[in-house]
This record gives sequence, structure tokens and C-alpha cells, in this order.
Amino acid sequence: MSEKVKIRLKVNGEDVTYEVDAHMSLMRALREHYVWDVKCGCEVGECGTCTVLLDGQAVKSCLTLAAACDGHEVWTNKGLGYRDPLTARLQEAFVECGSVQCGFCTPGMIVAGAAYLKHGGKADRAAIKNIISGNLCRCTGYVKIVDAIYLVAKEIEEGRLTA
Amino acid sequence: MNTKHIMKEYDYLKPSGLDEALQILSEKEKVKIYAGGTDLIVKLKMETVPDMDYMMDINGIEELKQVEYTDEGVRIGANRKLWDIETDQRMTSLFPALTDAVKAMAAISVRNLASIGGNFCNASPVADAVGPVMCYGGTLEIASARGVRKVPAKDFFLAPGVTVLEKDEMLTGIFIPTPKGDVGHAFTKMARTKSDIAKLSLCVALARDGGRIGHIAMSMGAVAARPLFLEEISAGLAGKEMSESLAMETGEAVSGFLQPIDDNRTTAVYRKDVTKTMVADALALAWARSGGA
Repeated sequence: MSEKVKIRLKVNGEDVTYEVDAHMSLMRALREHYVWDVKCGCEVGECGTCTVLLDGQAVKSCLTLAAACDGHEVWTNKGLGYRDPLTARLQEAFVECGSVQCGFCTPGMIVAGAAYLKHGGKADRAAIKNIISGNLCRCTGYVKIVDAIYLVAKEIEEGRLTA
Repeated sequence: MNTKHIMKEYDYLKPSGLDEALQILSEKEKVKIYAGGTDLIVKLKMETVPDMDYMMDINGIEELKQVEYTDEGVRIGANRKLWDIETDQRMTSLFPALTDAVKAMAAISVRNLASIGGNFCNASPVADAVGPVMCYGGTLEIASARGVRKVPAKDFFLAPGVTVLEKDEMLTGIFIPTPKGDVGHAFTKMARTKSDIAKLSLCVALARDGGRIGHIAMSMGAVAARPLFLEEISAGLAGKEMSESLAMETGEAVSGFLQPIDDNRTTAVYRKDVTKTMVADALALAWARSGGA
């Protein structure tokens, strides 16, 4: 029972082949292959620090089965930061706005924020709070995180940055 | 250690078509269906899935993800993701209570994964998307290698986690008829924070007949062992003249009818008490949305 499953996927723009257990989550599979910017928090879909982009949509990678991701594309906070100017700017904005304290929630927050901005999200505080509702932060009180995403959304609206 | 591994051993199957999936269900024992995984994976990690030798991933079956509109109504594939439902403009204009309910569920990063069929098959008494489908008079399409049968959504649930699905059957689609006439709908939910699981949820769908209530359907979540369709109380309202006092009386009647329990989300007393106001408010809201004065 329970043989290994071979999956081919694109992680941060790179084609990779993983051999995973049938019961392994995407989060565990990524971490076992040294994609350590995907954090392991609650592992049951509560905290959101493991959020990644799966085919462009923000998902909780602890709730996604690695075996089910065969043929799909995954982007994480770090990969996006290197390859995607929008996320790079969002990371800077997190620093500027003081949105990082202990930093544990940050990778998930940035991926959730980047997904929002890439899908045409507006500089709207209520909407931003809504999209990070699946991400828990125990330090900042969320205000500064909302500030950072708002700041970048504003820059896009003013044409200083393209989404 | 603060880590949650899935300890259960199983084989992973990924059929590419519906026929293949139904064949697997008819031939193999102890198969669990993986659609979004947002309930199943958590249950596996918490070790609350009783018996399972195979996990069948149905995400390779395109026809289960489709949505199709006709004059009669809409057919939603069982594996359509919640996010695709809530962002569908046509769905919002036809079935606003359903999209409101979906938006009130979990976080976007969960709704990108979770399927509407999963919300039914998980059969939680608290399932948010179920109430609106019941109130709109929805029908569930259940398939097996033996054939296809249709079950009204209100008759689908038996007990917590238990549905009318046989072991070789799977939910393939949800059909909701287009509401006709001056209709008004409301979905309301009480929860600790926005994306939490409901302490109470309520759906009202009514058709107005001048100053009177024509047809009406109400349902509640988190008040019984299964999603509760308030059939008799709703039937008693048909033909009555709408007024503030009728809304209040109905709230009292529904609250009196319920026999909720205490659980880790709230108490029975709270549920009975808040139901009164919730029902009255939702009735008034649905009435106003139907164009009633």
C-alpha cells in the first residue's frame, strides 16, 4: 500500500520532479525539497503562513495534496520576490510599513497580497482585510500589513507600477 | 512536536473521466473522494476519517467543474470551486443568497480549493452553501455505475457526516431552478469572526404576491443534527399578508420549534434567543429585496 507518487510541477518557474508519498501535503513536499520559505504553521488550514500560488490562485499548501499537483505551477513568496516586480515591491512595502515583526506570517501574507494585486485588487482597506482573513498574525495587529498592501495597490492605481 | 502528518496509509487514484471514477467506486471498497481537500485533509490529520484504503482525486474530471445555464435553471458541477461560484456575475444576480453564503465561508485561499459538492458531501449540520440550495428548491444529481438518480437537496442529509449516498455513488452536480416572479432572498450568519464556522446560519427565499407572501422557503444551519429545512413553518406563511408583526411571530415560532444543543461554538440558549431576531430581520430583508413595501 501507499506507493510513492511521481509528480512533475513547476516551482518558482523551474521544472521539477518530486517523488512524494500519497499522503504528503504540498507544503511538506516543498519543504522536503528545500523550498523553506513556505512555512509550516498549524498544518490544518487555520493560519495561512503556508499560502502559495497554485496556478495563479492563493491556496493553503498544507491542505493541498502534493500528488494532486502533478502538472501544475507553484509560486512561493521567495520565487515571486526574485521573478515578479510586483511582489518584490510588495516585499519592500512590508519593510517600509513595519509590517514584519516576528516574520512568521509574512510569506503567507505576501503571497495572499500579491494574489489580490495580480487579480486587479483595488486600494480598498475593507477588501484587503477580507483577502488576508485566512492569514493569522499575532504581532502586528494587521494594521501595518493592510497599510503595505494598500500602499502598493495605490501605486498601481496611480500608474507607478504595473500589476 | 507541533507537526501534523497524515498517518493513514492509502493508495492514490486519479481517474481522468467520470466513467472511470464510477467504476473505481463500484469495484473498490473504502474509497474517499478528494476534491478540494479542505475538509478531508484536516480530518486525515486529526485522524477522524474512519476507514479508507483509497483516495480518489476527482480534479482530473473536467465535466465535474463546469457550470451550465439554461432557461430552467443552473447546473453546477459538484467539483466547481467556491471561488468560481462567488465570482460568477450571473450566479450572483440569479441566486444572491448562494453567493452570499459562499462568500461567508472560510478564507479565499480555502475557497480557491474547496468545492461546492464537498460542502454537501461532508454533511456538516453547519454547511453554509446547503441552506440556499435547499431554499431555492435545488436537486442533487447522484451517479453510480448503476445509473443516475436525483434527490431533492432537502432530503440529502441524514445525520452529521451521513448522507443518502451509497458507497458506490458520488455527487456529480447540483441543479437549481431559476426563481420566478418578484423574488427576494437573504442569507445571514452569526459567527465569531467573518471567516469562522457559523454559530447560526439562516436562509430565506420568498416570492411576493402583491402585499402577500406567495411562496416561501426557510432553512437554518447549526441548530440540528443536519441542515434544517423549515418546511412546515414556511408552508404556513404562504398566502399571509406581510407585516412587521408577522416577521416577529415567525421568529418566535421558529425559535420555539428548534431543539439546538450546546457545543464549542455557542450554547442552545443563545441559538434559540438569537434565532428570533435573525428570522425576523431576514424575512424583512428578503421582503424588501422582493420589492415589497
